[in-house]
Amino acid sequence: MKIEPQKTPMREQPPQERIKNYKEVPMGYSAEEAIREASRCLGCKKPTCIEGCPVEVDIPAFIAQLKEGNFDEAIRIIKQKNNLPAICGRVCPQEVQCELRCVLGKKGEPVAISRLERFAADRERAKGYAKSVKPTPAGERVAVVGSGPAGLTAAGDLARMGHSVILYEALHEPGGVLMYGIPEFRLPKDIVRQEVSYVESLGVTLRAGVVVGKTTTMDELAKEYDAIFIGTGAGLPYFLHIPGENLCGIYSANEFLTRVNLMRGYAFPRYDTPVKVGKRVAVFGAGNVSMDSARWALRLGAEETWIVYRRSEREMPARVEEIEHAREERVKFMLLTIPLKFHGDEHGYVRGMRCQRMRLGEPDESGRRRPIPIPGSEFEMEIDTAIIAIGQGPNPLLPKATPEIAVNGKGKIIVDEDGQTSMPGVYAGGDITLGAATVIEAMGAGKRAAKAIDRYLMGRH
Amino acid sequence: MYEIVAKSLIAPEIKLFRVRAPLVAEKAKPGNFVVVRVDERGERIPLTIADWDPSEGTITLVVQEVGVTTLKLGKLDVGDSLLNCIGPLGNPSRIERFGTVVCVGGGVGIPPVYPIARALKKVGNHVISIIGAKTADLLIFERGMREASDEIFITTDDGSYGRRGFVSGVLAELLSQRRIDRVIAIGPAIMMKVVAEATRPYKIETIASLNSIMVDGTGMCGACRVSVGGETKFTCVDGPEFDAHQVDFDLLMARLNMYKDKEQEALTAYREGR
Repeated sequence: MKIEPQKTPMREQPPQERIKNYKEVPMGYSAEEAIREASRCLGCKKPTCIEGCPVEVDIPAFIAQLKEGNFDEAIRIIKQKNNLPAICGRVCPQEVQCELRCVLGKKGEPVAISRLERFAADRERAKGYAKSVKPTPAGERVAVVGSGPAGLTAAGDLARMGHSVILYEALHEPGGVLMYGIPEFRLPKDIVRQEVSYVESLGVTLRAGVVVGKTTTMDELAKEYDAIFIGTGAGLPYFLHIPGENLCGIYSANEFLTRVNLMRGYAFPRYDTPVKVGKRVAVFGAGNVSMDSARWALRLGAEETWIVYRRSEREMPARVEEIEHAREERVKFMLLTIPLKFHGDEHGYVRGMRCQRMRLGEPDESGRRRPIPIPGSEFEMEIDTAIIAIGQGPNPLLPKATPEIAVNGKGKIIVDEDGQTSMPGVYAGGDITLGAATVIEAMGAGKRAAKAIDRYLMGRH
Repeated sequence: MYEIVAKSLIAPEIKLFRVRAPLVAEKAKPGNFVVVRVDERGERIPLTIADWDPSEGTITLVVQEVGVTTLKLGKLDVGDSLLNCIGPLGNPSRIERFGTVVCVGGGVGIPPVYPIARALKKVGNHVISIIGAKTADLLIFERGMREASDEIFITTDDGSYGRRGFVSGVLAELLSQRRIDRVIAIGPAIMMKVVAEATRPYKIETIASLNSIMVDGTGMCGACRVSVGGETKFTCVDGPEFDAHQVDFDLLMARLNMYKDKEQEALTAYREGR
């Protein structure tokens, strides 16, 4: 049988339509499309795709079931390794993970593994989750701090191993960056809520609105629990440190996205939290968070939105898919440009900025060509909203309150390969140890730490 | 859920709530705040903890009805609950034996200054309080402040009670007459700015507790950023108390006004029942 060289396309909302709503852009496969795409998989004897998956999903096995139309069995196989497939099927950078290793990718396009994962997960969500078998807790008590991708994964796995797990979340709703960071049109919040409920159904008890380091301390948790996992994420927004940065109308991406996503600022005044988006919006940085911010700004009424980035297109850290989506929606790219200062009006509101053009020099320590300012290239630009999306650092709140936990110069919690920190019985993973990385990497870290915590707990008997 | 166990109207449009929040009550210290959300559609707002009782597991919050969130809160009765009450957040006030300390409280800034004054007196400071309001009926926490202070001065803008004028007037007199070791000011931004200017020539350490707009209250968003000594700080995790002589109050005031139009829009929608 001849194998189609291209992935089965996924239907998407057309750009001119989707910027008028908040609904998801890619619409998912139908059963026929999923079976057609699954049929492209060669079912390699020595599959390489699994090595590319941080949580080691048995990819050929679930795809083989999809091919036969055994959808229930497909999702069961995925969930042996991955508690959050509807999320991973949407936000994983599969092009640098599983799909990068797919042998079909050598000649044509790889199997659309993430689309198939999404299909299997969505089908189960629509149908109602299979009842999970709750093991009887062994009496070991584990606290998981932070309910983002790392915490949810660690909590779910530990519960399945038979431990009694309490999941702490500082915000009022669980999900971490999945709730406050990733937009509705990329990851609908109902899906996050469903996936979190699934983790709870495995026997995890959620305590939201508890700030570990404030409401309770690590010392108190250490007395109450046999082990602790910290997955408190990259919650510290970086700023540009240029004049005028604190003017009204200038947001960190964290603030902007939290107002819009978690607090549902897009539905103001039906929801109480306001967000202000003007007519001319500049977003600084060119990662996924920048694309998310720029695309939200358009949906919230901006007439023109620019991604302002100091390097060139080639160096943009965002996924190609996100850049393409942004471009289709008419986000403009002002590359090789840095802002020098912001100007405000008499009310302290941002009205413009002074920028400078850059050129690329020799590669720097990151391997990307270093941007160098071009003298005399300064120019003025009118803006009324700015969103700073140049990265986030590890959330310092818990480490600051807990000197026993060693951090490095960048504030990341120091861990060994098992995720063990300098505090006995305390493990950490995700962005708090990696800096801002991806959802799936955080999940991988949560998974490894869960295994290590289980070994640690069992070894104590 | 955080049950309201007591509620009273202590001045026109100013309500006091005792809320069951045992974990917060156990950890609360003078100067701390909580982030509150009233209902599913609610905004997260910071409120300073005015008092707490660990044995009863309650905290006291004082709320002036100015926007949708505080109006919704004001409608809640004993037996109702807040959806979220997260804290205690922020750094606690520095409580040490400084000598003579002046505690300045303006309007709804009086309840937040009350536990600080009380704690300062308890460790042996001579506490002089200056509290003020627009009118006599808006003056709150007088009895508590009397108990927490060695001396007390009261002002009203219209002279309907105490001395006519502003708290800063009394402060200026005291500064010219007495040796003062420390000043703590909590109230409207403009009041704190005037207090800072009054003490600056005397080089007296002066602390202001800032009431910036916040979202998460845990250092994650930077909505509450302020400029202190030319450096950007987050009120929620670096404050809320800062050296008042270093604070850029004009920036604080501008940022406090950032959502004025949206607040009005929300109020209109709320009143029309949308």
